[in-house]
Amino acid sequence: MSFLSEDLRQKIIAELPKYPTKRAVTLPALHHVQDVLRCVPLEAIKEIAEILELHPAEVHDTMSFYGFFRDPEHKLGKNRLQVCRSLSCMLRGGEEVLAELCQKYHLQPGDTTPDGKFTLEFAECLGACEGAPCMLVNDECYLSLTTETASEVIEKLGS
Amino acid sequence: MPTFEPVLLRRVGKPNSASLETYRADGGYRALEKALRMTPAEVTETVKSAGLRGRGGAGFPTGLKWTFLPKDATTVYLAVNADESEPGTFNNRIIMEGDPHQIIEGIAIACHAIKCGTAYIYLRYEFGRSYRALKQAIEDCYAANLLGKNILGSGKDLDVYLHRGAGAYICGEETGLIESLEGKRAWPRIKPPFPAIEGLFRKPTIVNNIETLACVTHILDRGIEWFKSMGVPPDPANPRDAGSYGPKLYCVSGHVNKPGCYELPMGITARALIDDYAGGVWKGRKAKAVVPGGMSMGFLTEKELDTPLDFNGPGKVGCLGLGTAAVMVVDDQTNMVEVLYNSCRFYSHESCGQCTPCREGTAWMTKILERILDGRGQLRDIDLLLEVANGIGIIPGTTICGLSDGAAWPVKNAINKYRSDFEDWIKSGRKSTLVSLKMGGH
Repeated sequence: MSFLSEDLRQKIIAELPKYPTKRAVTLPALHHVQDVLRCVPLEAIKEIAEILELHPAEVHDTMSFYGFFRDPEHKLGKNRLQVCRSLSCMLRGGEEVLAELCQKYHLQPGDTTPDGKFTLEFAECLGACEGAPCMLVNDECYLSLTTETASEVIEKLGS
Repeated sequence: MPTFEPVLLRRVGKPNSASLETYRADGGYRALEKALRMTPAEVTETVKSAGLRGRGGAGFPTGLKWTFLPKDATTVYLAVNADESEPGTFNNRIIMEGDPHQIIEGIAIACHAIKCGTAYIYLRYEFGRSYRALKQAIEDCYAANLLGKNILGSGKDLDVYLHRGAGAYICGEETGLIESLEGKRAWPRIKPPFPAIEGLFRKPTIVNNIETLACVTHILDRGIEWFKSMGVPPDPANPRDAGSYGPKLYCVSGHVNKPGCYELPMGITARALIDDYAGGVWKGRKAKAVVPGGMSMGFLTEKELDTPLDFNGPGKVGCLGLGTAAVMVVDDQTNMVEVLYNSCRFYSHESCGQCTPCREGTAWMTKILERILDGRGQLRDIDLLLEVANGIGIIPGTTICGLSDGAAWPVKNAINKYRSDFEDWIKSGRKSTLVSLKMGGH
């Protein structure tokens, strides 16, 4: 009995023909797993390694380099929110938006709400500086935010 | 000079601009048809003669890069750099979301020129809309025989795959990108060998930026003379200068009234860009500092704003270069110590950790600035910052890639051009109100 669902295994296997090496599927595989499980458990690392004919340490090495992936102790909430803190956003109040959201929802950057609805993080430049300050919600970017409009986005999230 | 007509942004914002149908109705893919009737060498020569230089930051001549591939190479890859992450930069995102087919067409033309059958687009994960627009565009191209086997009956096969990153700035460095695509940590490689000799999966590889490839489409469509009718010719006093031709997507953000992406002939001055297009500095204030081309390029002072934003301009006033041509405006009510802290923290967070001078240098510069902002700075900290900045990077020769040159340049510029901001802050002993200082998180 494998840890990863058959659906996840098939998604990973379907990536293989795109690349001349199996190892190149490491990032796509980690994305597929985290999309569903909201983190990448050790069992998943071992099974990815098995599919890609790698040592689990090689998969873990890659995974740990990218701050994007999380272990089960830091599992993401259902939604991932990232408030940009780089220069153009800082100049237009991004830091205040992040601080006020943290205060309002009783979180530190990186934390998840107790009900698992969302994780709130800071991000480095999200590449949407024309709409500073901005916030990424999963992979959709919201522009020209205030704490009020950011809160409205959060209230509308599915739990 | 004739009135400038935008080309890269021409279709962005129009209804269904991302669809294959509207793209073809506007003349799309005729440049590819034209290119497929030419030999690969003729296409390369066209791009070379147009004087196109890479739009991603380094400004290397694109056609010349293509000629570095070994003549007898059997497998060649194109790695498309869509990891746009330099603070202030969003031009590639605008065209990927709004007009992705001009990019796919450029990819197909480039692949014909370099005899490549497989291209990978390395896209930063955060660009969800770009991902969906490119994914749809690629699917539609396969259905229309613009990608896949025997494209447009030419006998050429071409596969294009989208590969999503995972939030690491270093993947924009071309060999970091290659390592990441191979499924490893994105540690840049020692060069040589350059990717054109040994790149992705150890095969000869060309890495080109999104805007660069969009320019390739328009050069094939409109011709060399069209491209060279815009911009700045080579400086006669500099025999190594390849000129700064063509249109450029300038991003403007920060303290301006109308932040946005503006397409203009290469060489507009920072002042004209800010005042005539971006609506001027906000709240009726003056600019104190202007980043000319992404955070890593340093700062222009108010007096230096008449600098032309071409490949040579920013370097003449002590900046690192044109970079990505992403302009960030800082108003005269802002203190440069806080601005520099934001910059140093970014590079420290994004250092890949492979080279000690970068990993340690960027971290210590951030810590020194934190101490100053906490009211505990000493005047000797200013020269200490400069000493660290002067020791890290490929310019002093202590690191593999240029990340820490980009981290060091804003430090050098800020201290050399705004030293009194640092001295006054340290002497006053005041504490910054920047909230992130209290929240931590490197």
